Amino acid sequence: MRRNLSNDHQGPLSSRRDFLKLVTSVGAGLTLALNLPVALAADTTNAATEAGVFAPNAFVRIGTDNSVTVIMKHLEMGQGSFTGLATLVAEELDADWSQLRSEGAPADASRYNNLSWGPVQGTGGSSAMANSFMQMRTAGATARAMLVAAAAKLWKVPAAEIQVSQGILSHVASGKSAGFGELAELAALQAIPDPQSLRLKDPADFSYIGQKLPRLDRGKTDGSARFTQDIQLDGMLTALVAHPPRFGGKVSRFDASKALASPGVVEVVQIPNGIAVLAKDFWSAKKGRDLLSIEWDQSAAFTGSRDDMLRKYRALAEQPGLVARADGDATAALANATTLIEAVFEVPYLAHAPMEPMNAVALVNDQGCEMWNGEQFQTIDQSAVASALGLKPEQVKINMLFAGGSFGRRANPHSDYLIEAALIAQAKRGTPVKLVWTREDDTRAGYYRPMYVHKVRAGLDASGNPLAWEQRIVGQSIMKGTAFENFAIKDGVDSTSVEGASSLPYQIPNLQVELHSVDHPVPVQWWRSVGHSHTAFSTEVMVDELARATKQDPVEFRLKLLARHPRHLGVLKLAAEKAGWGSELPKGWGRGVAVHESFNSFVAQVAEVSVQDDGSFRVERVVCAVDCGLAINPDVIRAQMEGGIGFGLSPALVSEITLNDGQVVQSNFHDYQVLRINQMPAIEVHIVPSAEAPTGVGEPGTPPIAPAVANALSAATGQHFRRLPLKLAV
Amino acid sequence: MSLCGACTLHIDGQPTRSCVTPISAVQGKAITTIEGIESVVAQTIQQAWTELEVPQCGYCQSGQIMSATALLEKHRQPSDADIDAAMAGNICRCATYARIRSAIKQAAEQLA
Repeated sequence: MRRNLSNDHQGPLSSRRDFLKLVTSVGAGLTLALNLPVALAADTTNAATEAGVFAPNAFVRIGTDNSVTVIMKHLEMGQGSFTGLATLVAEELDADWSQLRSEGAPADASRYNNLSWGPVQGTGGSSAMANSFMQMRTAGATARAMLVAAAAKLWKVPAAEIQVSQGILSHVASGKSAGFGELAELAALQAIPDPQSLRLKDPADFSYIGQKLPRLDRGKTDGSARFTQDIQLDGMLTALVAHPPRFGGKVSRFDASKALASPGVVEVVQIPNGIAVLAKDFWSAKKGRDLLSIEWDQSAAFTGSRDDMLRKYRALAEQPGLVARADGDATAALANATTLIEAVFEVPYLAHAPMEPMNAVALVNDQGCEMWNGEQFQTIDQSAVASALGLKPEQVKINMLFAGGSFGRRANPHSDYLIEAALIAQAKRGTPVKLVWTREDDTRAGYYRPMYVHKVRAGLDASGNPLAWEQRIVGQSIMKGTAFENFAIKDGVDSTSVEGASSLPYQIPNLQVELHSVDHPVPVQWWRSVGHSHTAFSTEVMVDELARATKQDPVEFRLKLLARHPRHLGVLKLAAEKAGWGSELPKGWGRGVAVHESFNSFVAQVAEVSVQDDGSFRVERVVCAVDCGLAINPDVIRAQMEGGIGFGLSPALVSEITLNDGQVVQSNFHDYQVLRINQMPAIEVHIVPSAEAPTGVGEPGTPPIAPAVANALSAATGQHFRRLPLKLAV
Repeated sequence: MSLCGACTLHIDGQPTRSCVTPISAVQGKAITTIEGIESVVAQTIQQAWTELEVPQCGYCQSGQIMSATALLEKHRQPSDADIDAAMAGNICRCATYARIRSAIKQAAEQLA
């Protein structure tokens, strides 16, 4: 089987000039030429810009070769966005799925903004399907209407009599039929219809939405998919950077003479955050970096340690904080409770650790700056790079490639590694430079999920009904100092620090959520599911503790308190039923449940664990129910639940970033451990049928798994589990 | 460091981490990367990977497929423990592990 690359992702190759540059240096790129787009999407301002191409809007291009190219405004990082966006177009266009191609959109907020975010182009918050659902369907329907108009004109028949099915237009009475490609040029000459005049399909008529379709991010089983790390340009140099050993450190002085004498090293450049070594290849750059002699100015560097921080956080959790939510009078109600439970929950810093460590290719010349990246934050990065280089945003062109994972990291609100790459390239104008971070660089560079301490006090009456819940959350603000600050921080409360707790759905009459935002220089960032990654743990473990303390079944207890939340109820009942909640388990096993809403999707999970006599345990099985509204791509939804669970199991079981004397202790996968195949449970995913508007699935699978496992361990052992990663008391 | 397995290739058919293999160690030996695997086993594995839609981000999958191919070349009917032993060195941060296991089993069935 020789691989046919003709269906490959064409994101990085957004113009023929780029393609030629790549072909000269990428041997395997040759067959890509067969399917290269003729037009650059950014130049397509009307339907007939390029001869032979029908581009009725910014998202769809139909070639005379019958191809249907969807211009992807969202990054494909594994979450299935390319497949989902193309499904919406293909559905309303009545294309044949085999016609569909993908191409990364250029950075342009005027056409490719995230409709949930306003005038910003970017991918995150599990928003790709939710914000694009009507937009991409409309784009497909527009193209369909213009193809039909073209056929009606050509065949001299009424448009209403023309049918479209699987990429073929036909007119029964006259026996005429044609493919999209044959009609593309004529379709481009038709008037673009008013969107209001388009009739989108009734869900009963969907033929692709709701079905399993082959994913569109192809080339991932034969090495042909192109990631940033694969990019080779003529004359390109590879750059490695020696970063300060502590956050906030600076270069005092350095001696590069040994590095410059090392074979392959071309240049050594000082940048604001360290010293970059540019060489002909990675290994030469690595050896050159090892030979640098750098004296660091650490007078302003962070020198704190995890243990000191924890002590401070725990002390703050004893003090009132800024109020994020206040229902009734929690303090008074707690004083009257029959049963009072206090618990402190602690979660560590976490690295995203995507398989492809941060990297970017940059070329700075008289035209501006061109970059290649697994690009997640298009217009924010474009502006940041332009500002760093003294350019206008439109002088920065960003080619969006596949990302080898992100989990939030590649949407850095400070554009950290992109600015680093651009500044190095600016020092070597005219030469393309690939910045590569090693795993160690990536693990130690910060932008972690913040460490948090939660203190929860809850009281129940004599019948076991919760009266009051008081939750204090202590940790760094992710949004402070970012472009999202005004949007996310109100009266000092960063909504992403408390989300999931401030939105606690349970019927508790007196409920208070407070926040202490702690300032220190460890860089922090959103990590798959953001605040929900820790609030689901504290709230869902606490709810279980309340149920157990009053001898109530954890599922029944939740059902009782969620009576006004039908979608929570729906997933909880489905997961419990499919898991056989209440059925007998082998000796030493325990079963636990958690339910959590995030990003407008609802997920319940039931975990089964087996506990061995030596205190080790294994997650054996997870049953997951998800309600994400209309299921566009059920198999992608299942994949995201499986992956979200596996991702959440890493911090539940093994992952932890710690600092000692200001230095990050971990460096690679031997000490920053992550889930491996032998630790992966059997997973079943059940999707709640729904006609609600579709919501996201990239993140919502992650929050419930840590509390579900903790609760299963409690059921098996009777112990409390209030810290991650989870450990049994021996 | 040989910690994630993403760079796995075959040297004389043996799965090997290229990141810790110096050129001097492969003089005169056959090196096969994901682009070059052509055996029936490899093709069956790749087909199973596609049918079950194993890849998400895809960055680790070349290494996963190289490890899985080497496993099935040796053990045509691997047990779960065999799969764990052969694949535990290949990290997937998207956690596609359940589908990796299913795809190996499907390929093994097709090769039987």
